[in-house]
Amino acid sequence: MTVITWIVEGTWPACVDAARALAPADAEILLLHVTGDDPAGAAHGAFVGLLGRGRPDRDPGRRLAELGAASARELLEAAAGRLGRPCATAQRRGRAEREVVAAAENADLLILARDGDDTRLGPRSLGPASRFVVDHAPCPVLLVWPREAPDTASIPPPPGSGPHGSEAPPPPPGPGHHPRPRRHPPGPPH
Amino acid sequence: MAESVSALLLVAVLAWAVTRPRGWPEAVAAVPAAGLVVALGAISPRAAWAQAQRLGPVIGFLAAVLVLAQLCQDEGLFRFCGAWLARGCAGRPRRLLARVFVIASVITAVLSLDATVVLLTPVVFATAARLGARPRPHVYACTHLANSASLLLPVSNLTNLLAFAASGLAFTRFAGLMALPWLAAIAVEYLVLRCFFRSDLNGTAPSGPADPADLGPAGTPVFALAVVAATLAGFVVASLAGINPAWAAAAGAAVLAVRALARRHTSLGETGRAAGIPFLLFVLALGLVVAAVTGNGLATALRQVLPGGSSLLALLGTAALAAAVANLINNLPAVLVLLPLAAPAGPAAVLAVLIGTNIGPNLTYSGSLATLLWRRVLREHDAEPDIGEFTRLGLLTVPAALIVATVALWAALHVIGG
Repeated sequence: MTVITWIVEGTWPACVDAARALAPADAEILLLHVTGDDPAGAAHGAFVGLLGRGRPDRDPGRRLAELGAASARELLEAAAGRLGRPCATAQRRGRAEREVVAAAENADLLILARDGDDTRLGPRSLGPASRFVVDHAPCPVLLVWPREAPDTASIPPPPGSGPHGSEAPPPPPGPGHHPRPRRHPPGPPH
Repeated sequence: MAESVSALLLVAVLAWAVTRPRGWPEAVAAVPAAGLVVALGAISPRAAWAQAQRLGPVIGFLAAVLVLAQLCQDEGLFRFCGAWLARGCAGRPRRLLARVFVIASVITAVLSLDATVVLLTPVVFATAARLGARPRPHVYACTHLANSASLLLPVSNLTNLLAFAASGLAFTRFAGLMALPWLAAIAVEYLVLRCFFRSDLNGTAPSGPADPADLGPAGTPVFALAVVAATLAGFVVASLAGINPAWAAAAGAAVLAVRALARRHTSLGETGRAAGIPFLLFVLALGLVVAAVTGNGLATALRQVLPGGSSLLALLGTAALAAAVANLINNLPAVLVLLPLAAPAGPAAVLAVLIGTNIGPNLTYSGSLATLLWRRVLREHDAEPDIGEFTRLGLLTVPAALIVATVALWAALHVIGG
C-alpha cells in the first residue's frame, strides 16, 4: 500500500506523526512537498516592473526559485527524520493543490493537515488548498489537525437553540435534510 | 510630423525597455532615440539642455542611493535584517509578517524600492523558509511595499526624485507631507494582506526544519547603520542649509565605498556596476524623449483630463489618473509625462501624482499592462504566479490605499499647510 503524506510548512509534523502512528508497517510512505511558483513569480514580476534596471543576474525571482528548492529539500529531510522509518520523498513545483491531487492518483491513502482556522471545529478549518484536495482526492484521505483538535464545544449551537445561533454544523448526509445550513428560525415548512 | 515621430520613438523606447531584445540594456534604444528627437527638431537643443540640466542632479542622486544600498548589502545589513526578522518569530507567522512590514517599509523608504525588491525579498524568503513559515504572504508583502511604502522620502523611489526636483519642495517638507500618506498606505496593505493570506498565516508547527538559531552569523553592521543614519541626518541638514541633499547621499556612498575599497571587499568596477550607468543613461534619454512628446500635443491632451487645484476631489482625481497611466505604460514614463502638467498646480498636485504612480503599479503583476501583455506573449519565465490571485490582491489594496493615502495627504496639507 502507498501512503502519500503532504508536507506543508507549518503543519507537516502532525501529518508525519499520523503516518508514523497509523500507516501499516509494510506501507510505502512517500513524503511529498510542492513548491508554489507564486513567491518566485511575484518577486520576478516586481523586478520586471522596475523599468530600465534590466540586469538578469539581479532578478530576485531566480534567487527565490533556488532558495525554494533548497528549503523544500531541507523540509523533506526534516520530515523523513521525524518519521524515523524508510520512506521516499518527492518534490514538485506548481499549484500545490493540483499537484497533490495528481500525485495521489495511484495512492491508497493521502494524509494532509487542515490549513485554515484551527481554533474551532468547522468548515473554516480548511483553507482553499486543503479544501480543493479533500474535494478532489482520487483516493482515501486522512485529514489531521495541525495541533490538538479544538473541543467539540467550539461548534456553535444549531440555529434556533440559542440566542445567537447563526451557524449550524454541516448537516448529516441523507434525505430529509436541508443541503445548506439554515439561517432563519425554524417554523412551519414553506 | 515632429509630434508623431517623437510619439513613435517613445513607444519604441518603451517597447525596447520591456522586451530587451537579446538582453541588451534599455539605453541602447533610448540614447539614439533621444539624439534623434533633438536632431529632428522635435525638441530644441535649448529645451533638451534644460531638461538634461534638470535630470542631471536627479540621476546623480539616484546613482548615490543605488551604490549606498549595494554597499549596505556588502556590509551585511540585509543579513542583519534577516536575523532581526527571525527573532522570536519561529512558529508565529503573524508576528513575522508584522516584522516584514516594518523592515520592508523602512528599507524602501530609506534605501529605495530597488533595495527592497532586489536585496531584501530574497532575505525575507530565506528567513520565512528557515522558520518553517509559508513564504507567500511575506514575499507578497515585500513586493507590494516596495511600491506602496515608497512614498515617504525623495530617495524612496526614482519617481519621487523626479517629482522632488520638479516640485521645489525641501527634503524635510516632502517627508513631512508624505509621512501620513505613507503610514496610511502601509496600514491598508497590512490589513488586506493579513486577511487575504489568513490561511497561510494559520496553523504553524512550533519550529521549522532547522533551528532558527543557526540562521548564520549576523553581527550588527554598526558601521553601515551609522552611515545610513548619518546620511539621513545629512538629508535634513542639507535641506535646511539649502544644499541639494544628493550630496548627503553621495557622501554616505563615498564613505562606505572607501572603506570597502580599503578592505578590498569591493572594486571600483563593482561599485560602478552598482550605480547602474546604463540605467542612468536610460533615465536621461527617456526624459528627453518624453519631453519631446509632451511638448508636442500629449500635454494638451492630458491637461484636459488632469483636474486642477488642490481640493480633496482634485487630488483624488489626480492620483487616480496617475495610477491609470502608470498601469498602462509604467510609472517611470508616467511620472515624466505628468510632472510638467502637475507642477504648476503646486506641490499638492505633484504629491498626488506620486501617490498614484507609486501605489498604482501593485494592480498589475510586473508593474504595467504593457509588460504584462508582452510577458503573456513571450512566456519566457516558467515561474509565473497565479495572475488571477495577484490581480485580486491588487484590486483589494490599490484603490483603498490610493484613497486613504490621498485623504491623508489632503489632511497633512491642511495641518502642515500646502
